[in-house]
Amino acid sequence: MSTVALRAEALCKDFVLHLQGGLRIPVLSEIGLSVHAGECVALAGPSGAGKSTLMRSLYGNYRTDAGRILVRHRDEMVDIAAADPRTVIAVRRETLGYVSQFLRAVPRVAARDVVAEVLIARSAAESEARGRASELLLRLNIPPRLHGLPPATFSGGEQQRVNLARGFIGGHPILLLDEPTASLDTANASVVAEMILEAKARSTAIVGIFHDLDIRDRVADRLFHVSPIQEAA
Amino acid sequence: MIAEVVAPGALLSARSLALHFGRIAALRDVDMDIWPGEVLAIVGESGSGKTTLLNVLSGTLSPDCGSVACRNAGGVVANVHSMPAPALRALHRSEWGFVQQDPRRNLRMNVSAGGNVGERLMAQGARHYGNIRAEAARWLETVEIDPSRIDDLPRTFSGGMLQRLQIARTLVTRPSLVFMDEPTGGLDVSVQARLLDLIRSLVARLHIAVVLVTHDIAVARLLADRIIVMQDGSVIETGLTDRVLDDAHHPYTQLLVSSVLTA
Repeated sequence: MSTVALRAEALCKDFVLHLQGGLRIPVLSEIGLSVHAGECVALAGPSGAGKSTLMRSLYGNYRTDAGRILVRHRDEMVDIAAADPRTVIAVRRETLGYVSQFLRAVPRVAARDVVAEVLIARSAAESEARGRASELLLRLNIPPRLHGLPPATFSGGEQQRVNLARGFIGGHPILLLDEPTASLDTANASVVAEMILEAKARSTAIVGIFHDLDIRDRVADRLFHVSPIQEAA
Repeated sequence: MIAEVVAPGALLSARSLALHFGRIAALRDVDMDIWPGEVLAIVGESGSGKTTLLNVLSGTLSPDCGSVACRNAGGVVANVHSMPAPALRALHRSEWGFVQQDPRRNLRMNVSAGGNVGERLMAQGARHYGNIRAEAARWLETVEIDPSRIDDLPRTFSGGMLQRLQIARTLVTRPSLVFMDEPTGGLDVSVQARLLDLIRSLVARLHIAVVLVTHDIAVARLLADRIIVMQDGSVIETGLTDRVLDDAHHPYTQLLVSSVLTA
């Protein structure tokens, strides 16, 4: 039996919109989810059910109102929901990777450096990190002439592939993927599926949202259903 | 007597800071810490107390109540507001830096660009002219100023160049903690992007801790690991930058985030 890499316990999350008169929107209620090393769990459920909210909560990007999010970091379970910001940053640097739907591009920074930054933040040698970044970009069919350019001017699909390279380069033991193939063609989506399968073979624990059901069926070991909360009458 | 306490591993800790200007409360019960190598943004609208906080943290202003304690490179802890003035000046010349919104406040406008950078080194005891000049030229290049301008006076520089010169002058002594007050304020958007990128890469490469005051949420998101949101002299929300901005809980923070124009 492989070890648990990520475990959410009794997660609850409401949004309170103060600009809308304090409107409270409950999104997650008593969510419990365990993901083992080497396992890929696909979040399923209708649009608006809270799949992305759960994903962002697991990354520590959203605050939860109740419950725990335990992440195996350096062989200890760290509660991302309660940890101080500097601990969350350390967990993200080494253990918990995330590929968002859209790349948040930094002006003037070349695609290769956007990707290499993940390794440089762990004190890797710059030339080695850039070399590794170029390899990954090539594998994702980003031609070398684009590697030195800032991704702000790239197409949506190219930006998503830069984002994927950035997400995979770190080899984080836990990887969260929010629609990683949404804006990709079949050939590139297939490359991403291979990369996910390879990551699993390296014992990476993966949680993903996949709209492409072919890709989902290729990579996911099981589904985790997220259901919309019934509004109280 | 106020206890001099710095949080474990931190460079600077402020506790229960309060300051009044007449009847106006500029700071109310403010706590903060900064650790080596991290960027902390202080955001809020004009009059929220963010620049006042920066000035109190750096020892320029004294609080009515509360304390600011710092730990120097030798591990010695001192109270910023009760240390002798020469000691505070020495700290500002070596381990600390201050980047002003208006670079003219920090630069000597009748001294050459190279002189402006070299002066901080000389204040630290460097004496060899050739070495100082070489180091100044290297720093001009680092901040993307053509080293052939080394003997030019700053008044011949553009606003963006002056700001980059100020950054070179500040960072040449390899400070561990830099205070920045709206470093990109008043610059064209294209110049801002270049400056932000420069600050971002230098801070990461040199492992400098930065306390950054800005009214620009996008600047905070780009540069800061942690964020403090201020309103009417109080800290109303604080934490991981992306968490505070993407999932703001306080009504004022929600307003601030929703008011940002996206290009």
